[in-house]
Amino acid sequence: MSTESAPAPKSGVAEDVAQQPRVAVSALVTNLREYGLILALIAIMVFFQFTTSGTLFKPVNLSNLVQQNSFIIVMALGMLLVIVSGHIDLSVGSVAGFIGALAAMMMVIWPLGPLSNPLVVSIICLIVGGAIGAAQGYWIAYHRIPSFIVTLAGMLIFRGICQALLGGGSSVGPLPDGFKALSSGFIPDVIGSLTLIPPVVNAAGKTIVGSGLTLHMTTIVIGLVAVLAYAYFGLRARRSRERHGYEAEPFSLFVVKTLVTSALALFLVYQFATYRGLPIVLMVMGVLIALFVFVTKRMTIGRRIYAMGGNAKAAQLSGIKTERLTLMVFINMGVLSALGGLIIAARLGQAVPAAGLGSELDVIAAVFIGGASAMGGVGQVIGAVVGGFIMGVMNNGMSIMGVNVDWQQVVKGLVLLGAVVFDVYNKNKG
Amino acid sequence: MTSTILEMRDITKTFPGVKALSNVNLSVEEGEIHAVVGENGAGKSTLMKVLSGVYASGTYDGAIVYRGEECHFKGIHDSEHKGIVIIHQELALVPMLSITENIFLGNEHARYGVIDWNANETRTGALLKKVGLKEDPKTLITNIGVGKQQLVEIAKALSKEVRLLILDEPTASLSEKDSQALLDLLLEFKRQGITSILISHKLNEVNRVADKVTIIRDGRTIETLAKKDISEDRIITSMVGRSLDDRYPPREPKIGEVVLQVKNWSVYHPIHAERQVIKGIDIDVRKGEVVGIAGLMGAGRTEFAMSLFGRSYGRRISGEVLLKGKPIDVSSVSKAVEHGIAYVTEDRKTYGLNLIDHIKHNITLANLPGVSRHGVIDDLRELAVANEYKAKTNIRSSSVYQMTGNLSGGNQQKVVLSKWLFANPEVLILDEPTRGIDVGAKYEIYTIIARLASEGKAIIVISSEMPELLGITDRIYVMNEGRIVGEMAASDASQEKIMRAIVRGEGKAS
Repeated sequence: MSTESAPAPKSGVAEDVAQQPRVAVSALVTNLREYGLILALIAIMVFFQFTTSGTLFKPVNLSNLVQQNSFIIVMALGMLLVIVSGHIDLSVGSVAGFIGALAAMMMVIWPLGPLSNPLVVSIICLIVGGAIGAAQGYWIAYHRIPSFIVTLAGMLIFRGICQALLGGGSSVGPLPDGFKALSSGFIPDVIGSLTLIPPVVNAAGKTIVGSGLTLHMTTIVIGLVAVLAYAYFGLRARRSRERHGYEAEPFSLFVVKTLVTSALALFLVYQFATYRGLPIVLMVMGVLIALFVFVTKRMTIGRRIYAMGGNAKAAQLSGIKTERLTLMVFINMGVLSALGGLIIAARLGQAVPAAGLGSELDVIAAVFIGGASAMGGVGQVIGAVVGGFIMGVMNNGMSIMGVNVDWQQVVKGLVLLGAVVFDVYNKNKG
Repeated sequence: MTSTILEMRDITKTFPGVKALSNVNLSVEEGEIHAVVGENGAGKSTLMKVLSGVYASGTYDGAIVYRGEECHFKGIHDSEHKGIVIIHQELALVPMLSITENIFLGNEHARYGVIDWNANETRTGALLKKVGLKEDPKTLITNIGVGKQQLVEIAKALSKEVRLLILDEPTASLSEKDSQALLDLLLEFKRQGITSILISHKLNEVNRVADKVTIIRDGRTIETLAKKDISEDRIITSMVGRSLDDRYPPREPKIGEVVLQVKNWSVYHPIHAERQVIKGIDIDVRKGEVVGIAGLMGAGRTEFAMSLFGRSYGRRISGEVLLKGKPIDVSSVSKAVEHGIAYVTEDRKTYGLNLIDHIKHNITLANLPGVSRHGVIDDLRELAVANEYKAKTNIRSSSVYQMTGNLSGGNQQKVVLSKWLFANPEVLILDEPTRGIDVGAKYEIYTIIARLASEGKAIIVISSEMPELLGITDRIYVMNEGRIVGEMAASDASQEKIMRAIVRGEGKAS
């Protein structure tokens, strides 16, 4: 039935106070997907916290978790846009492997002189990644070759080039320390550390590793500033909506959401602070996530990508240059695949022929667990990020538990299927 | 000796929060053509879904008595088994399969799972003859027009030994000629004893073929009229619950200087490169003027409009477009939009809307710079714009956050119109602006058109409904086979004059 026959309430104007509780419930229901996903992540974390006897949340493991999975999340940001625009990219794992090999060759083998500086190499690699994205996107956007086929070809091509560059089965390394810091480094403590409990010194005059409690103050400050900014901007957006007479989500829900998120964030920040501070790669990831949330939610280009994925013909007839937009989406994916490749190489300290092998599937799974639609037009950055963390926590937790890698795959497959079934079921019910 | 073939008694169907049908009664006599009319969203389609078992027995209240026995259909298969076949507005044919394969899809003449194609094709031949379709049974569906596809659907229904045929808006996308042929076919079926239920918006068609008309409004049966009582005015009054003295809003045209001029516009087919679809068209539109383009389906009107709008159709496009006397470049949609040209498509679902997004995002899509600065969207400004246009075009929805896919046809059309109004064009091309929408919403669309003209916009309306063109335009171009074959002031135009121009043009073309 059309909704016309239902009595039409006044459009979006918040004046009916008596409706508050009902609004709260309906807001909760409409956001069930979003909240449900975060709750699922928390539930999974708590589960592994128990089954690993508390290892999961140990500061050193949290750092590991971030370092092991950041490349998935970085690539998932690009993949989200690809999937929202109605395409797929199967080549990201191979591109990441190729870029890692290229970076290693430039830094270690080829006599490039000053050009083999890690920073210069990284910039060149990102540009090469963008060029790869453009090369694939060109066929997809302007010649309408299905992205599945183009990127399947890319997957084969770049894995091949990666292996050829490394000269068959050998690995190339070790990579310079300055480069490895991208993955295994921590932000410097510019403020200085705060010792809460001094470390225990044994009879021989040596400090016992792991004893005592020292806080990385820069990390604490960054964490506090980020949480305060989050609360402030959330509150400001609410105020602004209210001032203009538009309905915002119920205040109680807003407070609970903000408090839970802040508490979780502060807890994690505290854990990092007791170890060596925030990993550099986490900072890179955080900045990228914020950027992509902003682009998808607030910028015209983000809106156009969603419109194109929802109905490409209608978007085109609304004056959107869909070909160019598709090309840009793939260039973006290429740059992020390259960044992913650099992160992998930096973590391993060398380039290996199998780097990033099969990671395209983890990346795609993260985006779908995060609620994106395979038909395009639907999906959220935060969803993909949480989806990526769900995959990461499961990988990490099951590894600590000693679950065989084969069975890890089975569990991840079931979680992917379960998440999408839940999504489709919800949609049909609604 | 008439007997009642179908009786639906006190049908009540509730969806969460909405009562779609309340105590609807429908009684159909054996061998008659029974029309069911009502505004979009009145509940006609829901009623038919109850009848055909799409909504299984038990999910609604009331009784269905078919040929003397009470039926509890659990699915569409049950009702088809009894000879009730429904043909939906959106055709359910597989484009890349042949006519035969489609007709017998799921119902193939087969032995141990091996299909006997000869038997199937022979039967298809006979069925096609019955519906008057001269096509090779091997032809792919994608290669025949919508009118013929409709006939294939009917042939498919006949293959199932249909006793009660339900047609949901069968002529919505058919040309005048095909519509007439289809209605004749219904009359022929009536002679053969097949009962039909016809759901239609086109009152002249109902008038022509129906023996009885049942009018539904807001999920209730208003009345059932017998043949002798059927009149368009009576039906309209019952449908909208008020009398529409005038189906077109009054308007005093204030026509100014020429805004848009198209000279010698030619377009070739995108695939069959040697086929010229548009053959040297010259037209002009003035400020504050509503210009109609009349013609039969396939005359090239949509192709002309789309090729003009950023080369969205065709190849080897040549000709000149002048805006207020100056030549402009319309080689891409964004350029056309920049120059103030907007095109409201005839197919809002495929070309007009992002159905999985809400009203707000759809309205601002063609003019995102209008709600953003440096590429960053101002959310509140966007919301204000969406609410403004929702009010202006009277979109009925709970809020601007409603998915456009859940709106009725009339409201969807208003969203597409809003999108283009917000782009603030000088020239607005409306392609079949009232297709598939009900009488009440049509009037609203006409009112909007009239208001836009009085604000000084130049408007081109493409329509297959001649009364509509005569009612709302100032001047009418008649198009046929890619050419303009006539031009007349609306004041001295008539349906006969337009048809004569088309027929004469046809003579010229050959």
